[in-house]
Amino acid sequence: MEGKEITLEIDSREVKAREGMTILEAAKSAGINIPTLCYHPALTPFGACRICSVEIVQRGRSRIVTSCVYPVEEGLVVKTKSNRVIRDRKMLIELMLAHAPKAEVIQELAHEYGVERTRFKIEDEENLCILCGLCARICEERMGKSAINFVGRGVNRKVDTPFHIQTEDCMACGACAFVCPTGAIKLEDITRYKPLPIPLEFDQGLSSRSPIYIPYPQGVPNVPVIDRDKCVHFLTGECGICQEVCQARAINYEQEDEIVEIDAGAIILAPGFDEFDPSPLFNYGYRRYPNVVTSIEFERMLSASGPFQGELRRPFDRKPPQRIAWIQCIGSRDESLGCGYCSSVCCTYAIKEAIVAKEHVPSELEETIFFMDIRTHGKDFDKFYERGKEEGIEFVRAKVYGVEEVDGTGNLILRYVGEDDRPSTDEFDLVVLSIGLRPSQEAIELGKRLGIQLNKYGFCHTSAFSPVETSKPGIFVCGAFQGPKDIPETVMQASGAAGNASTLLAPARNTLTIKKEYPPEKDVTGEEPRIGVFICHCGINIGGYVDVPEVTEYVKTLLNVAYAENNLYTCSQDTQEKIKAMIEEHKLNRVVVASCTPRTHEPLFRETLKEAGLNQYLFEMSNIRDQCSWVHMHEPEKATKKAKDLLRMAVAKARLIEPLKPLSTPVNHSALVIGGGVAGMVSALTLADQAFEVHLIEREGELGGVAKRIHYTLDSEDAQIFLGDLIRKVKEHPKIRVYYNTWIVDAYGYVGNFTTEIMRYRGRVIEKIEHGVTIIATGAQEYKPKEYLYGRDPRVLTQLELEEEIARENPDIVGCDNLVMIQCVGSRNGERPYCSRVCCNQAIKNALKLKEIKPEMNIYILYRDMRTYGFYEEYYLEARQKGVIFLRYDPEDKPRLSQERKNGRYLIRVEGKDPVLGEEVAIDADIIALGVAMVSPEEARELAMLYKVPLNEDGFFLEAHVKLRPVDFATDGVFLCGLAHAPKSIKESIAQAKAAASRATTILAKETITAEGIVCFINEDICSGCGICEVLCPYGAIVVNKERKVAEVNEALCKGCGTCCAACPSGAAQQRGFTRDQIASMVETALVV
Amino acid sequence: MNKEEFEPKILAFCCNWCAYAGADLAGVSRMQYPPNIRIIRVMCSGRVEPEFVLKAFTLGADGVLVLGCHPGDCHYLSGNYKTMRRVPLTKRLLGQFGVEQERLKLEWVSAAEGARFAQVVTDFTSKVKELGPNPLKGS
Repeated sequence: MEGKEITLEIDSREVKAREGMTILEAAKSAGINIPTLCYHPALTPFGACRICSVEIVQRGRSRIVTSCVYPVEEGLVVKTKSNRVIRDRKMLIELMLAHAPKAEVIQELAHEYGVERTRFKIEDEENLCILCGLCARICEERMGKSAINFVGRGVNRKVDTPFHIQTEDCMACGACAFVCPTGAIKLEDITRYKPLPIPLEFDQGLSSRSPIYIPYPQGVPNVPVIDRDKCVHFLTGECGICQEVCQARAINYEQEDEIVEIDAGAIILAPGFDEFDPSPLFNYGYRRYPNVVTSIEFERMLSASGPFQGELRRPFDRKPPQRIAWIQCIGSRDESLGCGYCSSVCCTYAIKEAIVAKEHVPSELEETIFFMDIRTHGKDFDKFYERGKEEGIEFVRAKVYGVEEVDGTGNLILRYVGEDDRPSTDEFDLVVLSIGLRPSQEAIELGKRLGIQLNKYGFCHTSAFSPVETSKPGIFVCGAFQGPKDIPETVMQASGAAGNASTLLAPARNTLTIKKEYPPEKDVTGEEPRIGVFICHCGINIGGYVDVPEVTEYVKTLLNVAYAENNLYTCSQDTQEKIKAMIEEHKLNRVVVASCTPRTHEPLFRETLKEAGLNQYLFEMSNIRDQCSWVHMHEPEKATKKAKDLLRMAVAKARLIEPLKPLSTPVNHSALVIGGGVAGMVSALTLADQAFEVHLIEREGELGGVAKRIHYTLDSEDAQIFLGDLIRKVKEHPKIRVYYNTWIVDAYGYVGNFTTEIMRYRGRVIEKIEHGVTIIATGAQEYKPKEYLYGRDPRVLTQLELEEEIARENPDIVGCDNLVMIQCVGSRNGERPYCSRVCCNQAIKNALKLKEIKPEMNIYILYRDMRTYGFYEEYYLEARQKGVIFLRYDPEDKPRLSQERKNGRYLIRVEGKDPVLGEEVAIDADIIALGVAMVSPEEARELAMLYKVPLNEDGFFLEAHVKLRPVDFATDGVFLCGLAHAPKSIKESIAQAKAAASRATTILAKETITAEGIVCFINEDICSGCGICEVLCPYGAIVVNKERKVAEVNEALCKGCGTCCAACPSGAAQQRGFTRDQIASMVETALVV
Repeated sequence: MNKEEFEPKILAFCCNWCAYAGADLAGVSRMQYPPNIRIIRVMCSGRVEPEFVLKAFTLGADGVLVLGCHPGDCHYLSGNYKTMRRVPLTKRLLGQFGVEQERLKLEWVSAAEGARFAQVVTDFTSKVKELGPNPLKGS
């Protein structure tokens, strides 16, 4: 602000202000609070309510003035809380209480000032209006209208429209209602137009927003945008309040769309998808009945930051629902709606929503999912389905054909046809439509502009063996634009597309990089600890169960805590800014965050510390979500007590933590890929094409893996041509060395510097390979069934065997009359509770091939759920159209096989109960094909031990994070892909293989790697050189120096386990970040309050 | 003290890679267990010094859990094997101090075993409740 500086005194404090400011503004800028009612920073001061009255002293005389209009003067003495001021304010409150007894702001003020009742006569018990005039003034001054104003005089004065009728002058902008402090203004009384709240897109329109708004709280950068179509300034040129109040001067109305040219060598398309809009489907009542919501709306309803703050309420009457129904396949598997594909994700998300909803409503919640097939084909998703059943979710195989509202109640009647073909009805109080995924119109237009081939639905076309490549070289695709898929697959494809792009751009690597600069690190040695504590609500995840404000107050009482606050989301971008600001403001030299787990969030906060100029290890995290609020949801008081204890422990440790300087080590730029199947070969090629040296280890004498037995794909591409080509490229590549008949006998080292010892030709040659990264692509095997006469009758084959016979055109197979396929053999049972994902598509593929060869062949597919997810659904439809007969069976009533002789032919009789007909069915088959499980090979266990990586319960390798890190292991520098991770198609294996290579590139492309700071060290002053640590160290990182008689740690080799520290008799061996004192302080504070 | 009212104080040393991750998974899976436990994260169960356990009991802990990776799964190759030997020795020491050996327990919990983590904590808490307060308390 311009004008000369003025110094005045407010409440005995010297305050600097500028000429032209009011006392109120000067007080505000100094952080002194004066109550206001009719004041608004965007409006001319009015001085109507006088609640902002203060006492001023001039030339020895004191008087009461209204601070919102009284200008500052040099040497003015202001008292905002003097007895006289308080007495006057109390009187004003009494008067206003008599005038507007219902106004909450006045009641609150009365409470604050200890005014219990008014001694004046109350004219109107219901009145809310306090005659502050904010509404009339904002309408006239800022909106350029004067639709409302004061009318009447004296006691009859009120705010009204001309002639007390709804006026056309009002443009229904809602500014008056927005500024009204008491809620007295009702827009519908003023305007002749229909007031329409602006729906907040992120909340699916379940809540509203203003024309300037932050689209969603997780956004990066988290800044507001202006909706030009709704903003009064853009519509009429008036208002402009946001620009005035923005202290950062960030609002620029002149900003226009710009065209920016970017010189790029590759393009990756990741435009996402649109959800299917069910409003045209009249029979489901969406948009007609408020309690029919889409699954995305329901997702928002469950969210802590959603329209109901995470409390499950139905839109109709905001009551908690008791009975919820999900209707599956809305906008999926329906060719008539232009979406003949399966959206792949809806079954799992519906189960998730149902399970999460049960957590929100602890009382009995009845939930039903109406479905056609449950397609939980993702890794470990079937276990989730089973858990849903255990938690009491009812699964009804039915087609819902109508939803109708029960008058007045908001409840809904569902009409459906179950498997018994009889129409049934059921009443629910909330219905969720599980809507499918479709390509966004914008993405389709983008695709057309780029000239890439789209499929018939508008998704990006990719071929069976190049899952992330569009039809145009240099343009890659990932995510749901390539086809409906879930998060892990999207992440895999994203890394895969990045892998393709980085291969293409390898020659240009590091030519345009800018190094991230951090402020110089502050030296905090010798400083008294000043700890800042940031406690997260995590929406309701913590705040719903732990009294976060109480914990914050408690933390403030702890020794060395210089600052403590709580945040809605401590991990949000604005909180990082806040943390940095507080480090600066309060001179913090240690930071504690109490939120989720350090396993996921420690790196983020450490980065914030670095950006604030603090050593990143001056950080300690307290896990009050995963290990407190989420596991003690029914005991909020005890959870709060525990959170306090955990924070006390974290603060105690924080007092003792010291800055650490991690060591940098050079990176070996070669990779070891284990497994010469499709996944291993694709990974190897992706790396070798970037000029990294690759050692490819294969146990057998030839490359190819399971793919050697695959001859064609569902989309009729020749797998053998692809495989032959791939093998040739691998063999000919100068950067790839293939080791056949090779076994791994030992492995050690760490990211950037691994050593693997291999044995070739069964023990004849032992070699050592040094490499910077390891990719595990060891594949899977076909389960060899013990059931269904397999191995006892040559006519019982697995699907892969059948495929080989078809490719060989074996006349006994391709010429047979009756062929029965049995699905889920060895999958989805007690022993192997997972879905093998590929078998349904394999069955359809072989059935279609056989129908092509011999159309009159009778093919029966006995299944539990047909899981032809994504675009494979089309082939399921085609198979049905071509006469393949699908018969469902229940796992409790599996098909039974017996050998029979009939009419001179030796047949296999298949018997079983058809749950659709409810009758026994018998088929005489010539050939039986079993859709068998994929199982992890025994060798996986050995490799897992050698490379220190985990397996899941089913024996497949377990990635670092099932959603967000699908190709990484928790151990740095080791990656996985292909069937070693979980059953998947060739196309998916290729995408994952490229992803693993792409993740490996992030290490191989570096010159050095900075090791963990948490390593061990020896306090030489008290080390006696006894050598116990040397013996114990699993990495050979400690050696006793014979001359000096002390142990020495090689930090590059030390992984920081701390085993040496626990064994050191003198306490000389210590672990940085986990010293004896630090851990002991946690033990102590946990037990002694 | 009435055993019903007795709320034991339990400390758990969890290794970062398996047990601590298992505890996180229990949370993510919303598996409920008694709130008596206070977790101290260490990088490896092999880091747990017998002194920490003794200190905990002298300061009034009613039970101590040491949780690490399953044998063969140790992120640091063999840290848990060291723990496997160290804990029984610490137990014998506890016996000499007059503290029931059952108050110290070593269990293996993998990163994928959220349910097991909750079960171990639940079982141990009821065991310690049965044992009653730490006999060293107040002595």
